[in-house]
Amino acid sequence: MSSNIYDFSTLTGSIHAWLSGLMSTGWVTFTEMVLVGLAFLLMYALLGLFLVYAERKVCAFMQNRVGPNRVGPYGIIQTIADLIKLLMKELIPIRKSDPLLFNLAPFIVIICSFLALAALPYAKGLQAIDFNIGVFYVMAVSSLSVVGILIAGWSSNSKYSLIGAMRSGAQIVSYELSVGLSLLAIVVFAGTMQLSGIVESQADGWWIFKGHIPAVISFIIFLIASTAEINRGPFDLAEAESELTAGFHTEYSGIKFAFFFLAEYMNMFIVAALGATVFLGGWMPFHVGHWEGFNNIMDYIPSVVWFFSKTFFLIWVIMWFKWTFPRLRIDQLLTLEWKYLLPISLFNIVFIAFIVLMGWHF
Amino acid sequence: MLNRQELTDIISGFVPEAEFPEGKQLLEVIVPAEKLFSLVENLKSDKRTAFNYLINHTAVDFTTHFTVVYHLESTDFRHLVVLKSLIADRENPNIDSLTALYPTAEYFEREVFDLFGIRFNNHPNLKRFFLEDDYGYPLRKDFRDEVNIIER
Amino acid sequence: MSEEIIKDVIIGENEDYIINMGPQHPSTHGVLRFEVCLKGETVKYLIPHIGYIHRGIEKMCEANTYPQIIHLTDRMDYLSAHMNNEAVCLLVEDALQVEVPERVKYIRTILDELNRIASHQLWWCAFGMDLGALTSFFYGLRDREHILDIFEESFGSRLLHSFVMPGGLMHDVHPNFQKRIKEFITYFRKKLPEYDQLLTGNVIFQNRVKGIGHMSKETAIGYGVTGPSGRGSDYSCDIRKIAPYGAYDKVQFNEILETGCDTWARYKVRMAEMWESLSILEQLVDNIPEGDYTAKMKPIIKLPAGEYFQRVETARGELAVYAVSDGNKSPLRMRFRTPNFSNLFVMNEITAGHKIADLIAISGSLDLVIPDIDR
Repeated sequence: MSSNIYDFSTLTGSIHAWLSGLMSTGWVTFTEMVLVGLAFLLMYALLGLFLVYAERKVCAFMQNRVGPNRVGPYGIIQTIADLIKLLMKELIPIRKSDPLLFNLAPFIVIICSFLALAALPYAKGLQAIDFNIGVFYVMAVSSLSVVGILIAGWSSNSKYSLIGAMRSGAQIVSYELSVGLSLLAIVVFAGTMQLSGIVESQADGWWIFKGHIPAVISFIIFLIASTAEINRGPFDLAEAESELTAGFHTEYSGIKFAFFFLAEYMNMFIVAALGATVFLGGWMPFHVGHWEGFNNIMDYIPSVVWFFSKTFFLIWVIMWFKWTFPRLRIDQLLTLEWKYLLPISLFNIVFIAFIVLMGWHF
Repeated sequence: MLNRQELTDIISGFVPEAEFPEGKQLLEVIVPAEKLFSLVENLKSDKRTAFNYLINHTAVDFTTHFTVVYHLESTDFRHLVVLKSLIADRENPNIDSLTALYPTAEYFEREVFDLFGIRFNNHPNLKRFFLEDDYGYPLRKDFRDEVNIIER
Repeated sequence: MSEEIIKDVIIGENEDYIINMGPQHPSTHGVLRFEVCLKGETVKYLIPHIGYIHRGIEKMCEANTYPQIIHLTDRMDYLSAHMNNEAVCLLVEDALQVEVPERVKYIRTILDELNRIASHQLWWCAFGMDLGALTSFFYGLRDREHILDIFEESFGSRLLHSFVMPGGLMHDVHPNFQKRIKEFITYFRKKLPEYDQLLTGNVIFQNRVKGIGHMSKETAIGYGVTGPSGRGSDYSCDIRKIAPYGAYDKVQFNEILETGCDTWARYKVRMAEMWESLSILEQLVDNIPEGDYTAKMKPIIKLPAGEYFQRVETARGELAVYAVSDGNKSPLRMRFRTPNFSNLFVMNEITAGHKIADLIAISGSLDLVIPDIDR
């Protein structure tokens, strides 16, 4: 198949073979781990910078503005300039804060988002670890960040931060259920929790098309719930700029603030990537029934382009939410989850199980 | 809407010693300070007048005495009356609070207390609004602040 | 966790705690401080603390002449600068029995309405932002810019113009004045429905504003809440109708009244007032009579001894000016009854029992301008 021409396993395999010729097995594993770690670190930084820039441009587009346009062509270097500014800013120690937890919180948040990146399939043969419970792992790790947020809010010794953290706790714990159930819908369809397996199962069509209406419902619930889970507008109650000044990260400055900031964007990337992988076929190209010629042309677009374009589409949708909708109130937020999304997802999953049992899906 | 004469008659009915100065823009009534509260209470509850809206309340320092001024309006009939009381005591000026009748009076009176030092009896929360407790009363004519105010 | 932190977070009994919103807080729109007692996220009571931007304008007035005082009134409610100026001018003209040319009356009324639209636009921006809809801010500012451009062309300043003087205007308006206003009316008639599309029709928005901050008509009157906030409680308090000034007796317009008494009603009143202001502008802009831009005034304005009282309707409610003159060129006492001062203190009454997010929505719906409270 022509899609094999972009298979990254040939590249990674050749690197492995080359390294094996140079050193013993243990050293090869070590070197590969270092290389993969460096690659992820680089990707993390670049994606973070790009996402911040993209958010500014998207938001400017929504708001009839130009957005950053002074530093570099089209303001591309603006985020780097901001990063340098944040790096050089003073880290203000807060009196009566809990110093250990206060300093630990940004790292917990950023490590959680980092961990989730490992299990995502970026392209054909490009996946650091292919867990057999990949969906579960990504969900578990990405929802760990609430611990960091709670710690940040509590240790800051500020009431605004505490309110923000408590809101965030209630919110993430609630919406985790809907995210889980909507992903479970596709797990039921695909019959596996392995992310690569889910992607492979969509070779003949994405689940959002194959799964009839229940899959579409799951997708919409996933979009809503994951937007809430990553604390973005209209569910940004934990930060709620107009109510709590900045919520849980009110007291943070400099690079510690940047960590929270970056982690928020990376979480957005992670849920978008997960959504793209599970619902929109991951790196699988867009195929239509028996249109062989069309499908072949689609196959010539590299799988990594497919993955990132789908992911960025979802990111754009999430940004669109944020810059259009007003913020919900905390009781409305919880009502939405417990009274609407959760029952719908529960019925949905029963329905899907029935469809799978009867073999009605494609 | 009642005209000036009708209002004058009603008010003199409530407070016979009220004075009505001539030639003013609006109907003005000068009442003794101790009769003010009962007069306003009557004006508010009386069906004919129904002065339920306190537009404005302030004080004026005429160096010899303070004048406390109330602008009352009826939202039903749209007639307007200006009530005034003279307070001659500059050392310890006080008058009854209208907070029980108009919630908004609480804040107008706090402001007057802050800037003129006029105490309001039965006020629920008579504290300085803008200034510190030991600051003078800046809208009094004898107020001097050598540091911040340059006399011209 | 150290003891100190626990002691600091929980103040008072029953796990109530007090947070200070402000003086530097994004949604108090200025240096205002709310001392808010919360139980969880529910507001138990709220005490406004004011005075952070008190400039003693009333005291300053006693040392300034009447034309100078006009420039101080700008700085009270800076978003209704023109109405504030006009209040003092009307007071002085009334005291001196000056007959102002018709042209001046028309232009003043046009400026009033333009200023009202600009103010409501900014309110809409900020209200959206208070509720977390950040895009509304830029939509509103985009259109407000057109009004400010008209101001700039005629008066040279955009926000605090001090353009009206006792007896008339400082100078005549720019020749483009009418043309620009007509352009603006056609432009804004197209843009105003966008506001509804972006915010008014939004389900989240409606759920956020409906049924919160209930202020009954009696409460509104008792606290002296005027302007659009009072009219949202079905309280007819439009000075333009009660005591017409300028050219308001020559135009047809409706006083917008809503019976909802909540934040949603106050929102709808302001949105409808923008339409109403546009229609007033339309009636006036083509009919500005020719004539002088000012009446003949003495170079030094001295008010006859006595007391004067003038009310105007600003974008936020009733501004009453009370002046006591002893016959000199500066007043013995100048008192400004500003709308926001009265509007602010109803907050405690109408926020109790609501969530902290509603507190922001309610304070946004009252459209507070802090320098107007402090003066």
